[in-house]
Amino acid sequence: MKVTLRVWRQENETAQGRFEEYEADNLNPNMSFLEMLDVVNEKLTGDGKDPIAVAHDCREGICGTCSSMINGEPHGPENGVTTCQTYMRSFNDGDVITVEPFRAEAFPVLKDLITDRKAFDKIMQAGGFITARTGSCQDANALPIGKEVADLAMDAAACVGCGACVAACKNSSAMLFVSAKAGQLNLLPQGQPEKDTRVLNMVAAMDEAGFGNCTNQYECSAACPKEISEEFISKLNRDYLIASVRSSVKAKPTTMK
Amino acid sequence: MNILHALFKTSIGKKVIMAVTGLILVGFVIGHLIGNLQIFLPPEKINEYAHFLQSLGKVLWLIRIGLLVAVVLHIWMAVSLVLENRAARKKGYQSQKTLRASYASRTMKYSGLIVFAFIVYHLLHFTVKSTHGEDFYPMTMLHGEKVYDVHTMMVLGFQQPLVSIFYLIAIALLSLHLSHGFSSMFQSLGLRTRSWSGLLEKLAITISVLYFLGNAAIVIAVMTGMVGIQNPDFASCCPVEAHEVANAKH
Amino acid sequence: MILDSKIPSGPLEKKWEKHIMDGKLVNPANKRKYDVIIVGSGLAGASAAATLGELGYNVKCFTFHDSPRRAHSIAAQGGINAAKNYQNDGDSVYRLFYDTIKGGDFRSREANVYRLAQVSANIIDQCVAQGVPFAREYGGLLSNRSFGGAQVSRTFYARGQTGQQLLLGAYSALSRQIGLGNVTMYNNSEMLEVVTIDGHARGIITRNVNTGKIERHSAHTVVLGTGGYGNVFYLSTNALNSNVTAAWRAHRKGAAFANPCYTQIHPTCIPVSGDYQSKLTLMSESLRNDGRIWAPKKKGDKRPAHEIPEDERDYYLERKYPSFGNLAPRDISSRAAKEACDDGRGVGDTGLGVYLDFRDAIQRLGESAIRERYGNLFDIYHEITNESAYKQPMRIYPAVHYTMGGLWVDYNLMSSIPGMFVMGEANFSDHGANRLGASALMQGLADGYYVLPYTLPHYLANVPREAAPSTDHPEFVKAEEEVNARTKKLIDNNGKQTVRSFHKRLGKIMWDKCGMARNKSGLQEAITEIQGLKEEYWQDVRVPGTAASLNQSLEIAGRVGDFIELGETMCRDALSREESCGGHFREEHQTDDGEALRDDEKFHHVAAWEYKGENEAPERHVEPLIYESVKLATRSYK
Repeated sequence: MKVTLRVWRQENETAQGRFEEYEADNLNPNMSFLEMLDVVNEKLTGDGKDPIAVAHDCREGICGTCSSMINGEPHGPENGVTTCQTYMRSFNDGDVITVEPFRAEAFPVLKDLITDRKAFDKIMQAGGFITARTGSCQDANALPIGKEVADLAMDAAACVGCGACVAACKNSSAMLFVSAKAGQLNLLPQGQPEKDTRVLNMVAAMDEAGFGNCTNQYECSAACPKEISEEFISKLNRDYLIASVRSSVKAKPTTMK
Repeated sequence: MNILHALFKTSIGKKVIMAVTGLILVGFVIGHLIGNLQIFLPPEKINEYAHFLQSLGKVLWLIRIGLLVAVVLHIWMAVSLVLENRAARKKGYQSQKTLRASYASRTMKYSGLIVFAFIVYHLLHFTVKSTHGEDFYPMTMLHGEKVYDVHTMMVLGFQQPLVSIFYLIAIALLSLHLSHGFSSMFQSLGLRTRSWSGLLEKLAITISVLYFLGNAAIVIAVMTGMVGIQNPDFASCCPVEAHEVANAKH
Repeated sequence: MILDSKIPSGPLEKKWEKHIMDGKLVNPANKRKYDVIIVGSGLAGASAAATLGELGYNVKCFTFHDSPRRAHSIAAQGGINAAKNYQNDGDSVYRLFYDTIKGGDFRSREANVYRLAQVSANIIDQCVAQGVPFAREYGGLLSNRSFGGAQVSRTFYARGQTGQQLLLGAYSALSRQIGLGNVTMYNNSEMLEVVTIDGHARGIITRNVNTGKIERHSAHTVVLGTGGYGNVFYLSTNALNSNVTAAWRAHRKGAAFANPCYTQIHPTCIPVSGDYQSKLTLMSESLRNDGRIWAPKKKGDKRPAHEIPEDERDYYLERKYPSFGNLAPRDISSRAAKEACDDGRGVGDTGLGVYLDFRDAIQRLGESAIRERYGNLFDIYHEITNESAYKQPMRIYPAVHYTMGGLWVDYNLMSSIPGMFVMGEANFSDHGANRLGASALMQGLADGYYVLPYTLPHYLANVPREAAPSTDHPEFVKAEEEVNARTKKLIDNNGKQTVRSFHKRLGKIMWDKCGMARNKSGLQEAITEIQGLKEEYWQDVRVPGTAASLNQSLEIAGRVGDFIELGETMCRDALSREESCGGHFREEHQTDDGEALRDDEKFHHVAAWEYKGENEAPERHVEPLIYESVKLATRSYK
């Protein structure tokens, strides 16, 4: 099969970008989208041109590195997959395919289709953890956790941190990411002691990073390669509200300000 | 952490304010509709109701101020959220598909703006009573007291096609606004879960449709003449066409 | 070069405890005076960085990824072993130790493996405390599954994403330390050279892959947790950016490279479909709990699977290894698949594939039970092949998956460069000639959480508590010049062939001649071919773009250059090891029924290669394997 690519090319963070067209010919429908780009890039390199910079690594949908907007949808037309799991059989012979980077002020474009998503790391550093000093932990089975809770936590934990939620959201909101990360830990008994500070700090870091606000349209869930439910956003809202009220009224030890 | 900071300065807090003020306003518009539906009863009922509200005095003003604060906060937060959202993606996509978002959710700011314009007009029309001439605000006797004849005011209002059309458009947009807002506020308050989100969406649609039908019924009833002027003193003070309609009824 | 493994004396069970007691400590106030560089942020790197940061060391952690969470540990599917004996099925520290030693075909270090089994249980405790959502039973207790090479259920798992969850656990602990300022994280920073001063590792040179900026970083010690080198085969289950460069640069600076020929070919991967293919996808070994592997009995049988009657199917693993059946270890299962395909009984268009069939399990347990256990793997299979494994058997074929070889380390995880430590897949010590399933995650976390934090002070206590060397030191200047010269050579080369085309050619040589089966003449040819390839590479490779910018071609070019050199050393190692063991199968050395034939008398040792200079043959050193507890036996899974 044959397709025409309209690809966003931008030399660096400050450069003015533009779309360029490339023909990709002799494609096998069983090629992945990234393998198709490999073929295009081999040709560009051979022709002495700069190949298209594209973020990728594991190519099996788990590392969360790949991040392209394909024909107006993060990770392309199929549901529940990443860019690397998108196959050419999802397109028709002769299609024109528009490829853009994920766009948000919090995710500046570094080159072509590669964006900088360190804002997610900052959010995690603010509270996306359970404090558990190495070596200080009780026996794993000393704390039974019901299967339903464990499974729900796993649903949230499946997040690969790709940023498709931000890319799909009309407001560039990171709520699905933050709610999945906080939700996983808030659901589990181990996560209870730090629950309030976790949500308050993670949301503060999220706002600080310049993401937009959630307007409950759930584009994030629809675009999520792991199909994480917007229910976690609801849970984050609830946890946040409770934490705000509680932290305003609760008794504090004298050692705390 | 200061609760006011959490509410007014954070993304989730702002949404909570949107939800709470939205809830107040939803309650108000539904109550208002139920009150208005009394137009289908004998005129004394709605006039009594209106008079009762007027007679609340300071309480009425408290309610009015409360509603005003809710509206102001709702709009203030909405504007603030929209500005932040714009700033969060300055360079947009060449093409972006809508995956799941409803039409209503994507048009909240427009439906909201038009509804706001309507509310201003509506208040000037029926509360301040400054959009029309004195003839449009007749009085009547109720239990020996001279009161506004709200029944006739409504009929007179909706007998004007332009007013009715604007009213219908605004109500349609408000219903659209509600169809997203009603379930959205549960999400923002953290009360929407997977186990009942389906039901909630249906409930939101049902309430919005009923709300539209209820309001539209009043306008259409007046426009088709099913509800007419019943004020016997009216002949001397009302416009010609309305007079004729009133007479025809008698 | 003297390879002193520094294995503590005393009974096996007491060695680690004794070693901890005999070692030195660094007092809490002094820890912050030591700078520790950790390269890599996978299971080993992240867990070590988090733990050392927590202990008070001044940690600098480097990854070439845009976030520590992207390390390839994230892709591990099946699970992590631990001797918890939660199933009451006869597991113990000793049994896990023995299974691992035997699984490695008696080519790993006894004391290291025993320590690994000892700390395995703590890892599960640690991960649960961090909020890792392991699979659980309805009563709330942890669930286990079985893995190859074991007759007990000791594998803990989180759906088919165990590596992801464990890495995210370590990443969250690391993130906390970054937030607290105990660890400085350097994302997008690829290590291109190690700096040694007076023979001790004291720093690294990195390139910021976003900007091209070359940076010097100094410290009191350098720790590598940079993963394996499976991508030397071009096609493997490794992530595309996984590479050997950090380890290879250390090797060139004096770190011995041990057992490079020990590579693991995983039996259950999705077969290659075309030459455009960029990587191979693993189907977790856990599938062999319920799937049955078979090939048609008749040669060239092209009927669809469901038309082949039961008595014309050869469930060859069950036939050949009745006691382990479909859960035979990876090396054995892979070779059996190759044997069936070489015999002309392979399935699929290419004839390079066998069936992994869930028909019986679906009949027995119902489709929903299978969906619950393996749903995401079946989905991955469907995405790639467009076939439903609920309706027809999966087609699978072996693919390069893991490398047991790596930089030589002693019991303290220190390489032959003093002050340089190596953890996880990047070192060599725990898996011998074959790694059992669900042991890689165990080793990565054991090294990072529980081994290095104890052994690092033994070294640091003898390092003067003065500031780390200045980055203006002549050795830093020299190392940076080396990096710049190499980069300049690549960029200015202006050849005709792309980096990828060289990588593909290297991969083909390696797979054909140093893959699942090896022989003397093939390996000799491979060495000559690779030498030729190397020469051609540096003459004719084309790297577009500039050095001072984001340049993915340049990144790969450096890595492929190192892979080529590694490939030659791997072939030399495979050639010199005149026996078959684990993943290393020499056709000359097999039993009558085609099983690996070890030569314990001549080869019960570690082969560690010393770099001798550009275009010089490396020197082979030997560390004898001394077994005090385990008796060498022929590995049998029959």
